[in-house]
Amino acid sequence: MAGRVGIAAYGMTQFTMEDQPIEALLQESAANLFVDHPGIDRNDVDAVLVSTNSNSKYLAPILAESMGIRPGPAHSVENLCNSGANSIVSGYAYVASGLADAVLVSGAERHDSPGRVLEWDSPRGEFKHPIFWGSILTRAYKRRFGASDEDLAVVPAKNHRQAGSNPNALSKRAYTVHDVESSKRLTDDLRMLDCSRPCSGGASVLLASEDAMGGMCDEPVWITGIGQKTVSAGFGGSESLDSLESARHAARHALDMAGCKIQDIDVAEVHDAFSVCEPMALESVGLAAMGEGIGMIKEAYGTGSFMFNPRGGLIGAGHPLGATGVAQAIEIAQQLQSKAGPRQVDCARTGLVHNMSAAATSSTVLVLEA
Amino acid sequence: MRFITELARGRFCIPECAACRRVVWPASDICSMCLGKVSLRSGDFDGRVLECSGQGGRHFCLVEFEGAVRVMAEIPEEPKIGQAVRMRKCGVSEGVWMFYVS
Repeated sequence: MAGRVGIAAYGMTQFTMEDQPIEALLQESAANLFVDHPGIDRNDVDAVLVSTNSNSKYLAPILAESMGIRPGPAHSVENLCNSGANSIVSGYAYVASGLADAVLVSGAERHDSPGRVLEWDSPRGEFKHPIFWGSILTRAYKRRFGASDEDLAVVPAKNHRQAGSNPNALSKRAYTVHDVESSKRLTDDLRMLDCSRPCSGGASVLLASEDAMGGMCDEPVWITGIGQKTVSAGFGGSESLDSLESARHAARHALDMAGCKIQDIDVAEVHDAFSVCEPMALESVGLAAMGEGIGMIKEAYGTGSFMFNPRGGLIGAGHPLGATGVAQAIEIAQQLQSKAGPRQVDCARTGLVHNMSAAATSSTVLVLEA
Repeated sequence: MRFITELARGRFCIPECAACRRVVWPASDICSMCLGKVSLRSGDFDGRVLECSGQGGRHFCLVEFEGAVRVMAEIPEEPKIGQAVRMRKCGVSEGVWMFYVS
């Protein structure tokens, strides 16, 4: 068993609605990683993992070949919206087991990803689009905690505003709470601006062992905690409709592994697929008491705090499914290295990533430390 | 007899393990608990509404039958949570399962 595993380097593309081949998105983010870190020898990369929902084949070997890398393992990881964090966990496992010293993890997705519609979940009947589970969770949360549409509209208002400080974000404008409440109604419980948008984008990280890190990076960010929980594949398998059962389990495991308390978390990226998901995630991972997530988000919005979803979350930054979890980890790494520019959280030493799939039927939580 | 075959004929059945008698959901040929073979139980089952929302004047809800079978169904009126419902119509259209309760 090797020692610690950390993030040695990262690279991103802009998140856009452009019609780019999946291979180009993977290559651009990986190339940005190596160009920005010229001290990294690509011959040292032992494994290449690709996170995507694309139906294109053999993408990891294609990426490796285009980067001039001849790795041992090279394969894809698919787990819907949670693919990115899952691929980081897989890369971590390669390094921690000693099978690799350095692993390139690249996530990418096109705006028209086949992962957008939950085709396999037949008991959802004709209500397979994610807005339907989003509506059910929103109604359940409002019913349980007395939250209003106006309360929840603070989430996109905050996240679009924060995305304004993220040059890679899809969103290029700020919206008020009133704008959110006036946006197109999609269902009785969701408006257009309550929703994250599928888009095109790529994000890459290079994971390295403690031994390999020395020659690659002066400011490593260590992955100290990992928790994963799969409750079910189908929407009907979750016990709760007003909390995220998988996130609760995953966060507890990740914090236990890191030897941290939730109070130690200085900055968090949580999976705000829809407005309601942000308070639910904050509550389920333990950053807020049950029903108090909205209050914390309102306070952050009012004070201009970037503690929650500093890059704008999925709602502000966009949601290229396979890249999202990787981009979340990059944001936390930048925060812990004090490289987040205008969205920097003061004195951030410990951060949390929460990435989930399909109504939180599965979640991954990572704890990262400087 | 498979759940989807019966559903396509407009019959909503409860998949149940022939060995341990547990309801198996999502429907499968194999029991997820004891791995026994699954058979289908016919009937007019009582369900209850777990949650609901709507779109463009249509109402949809998550309904639970027999404590385990959960489906998203259309319902003519906005229901109350916990409201008892029955499957009024079901089927498969172009591969998509359809459920209507009231």
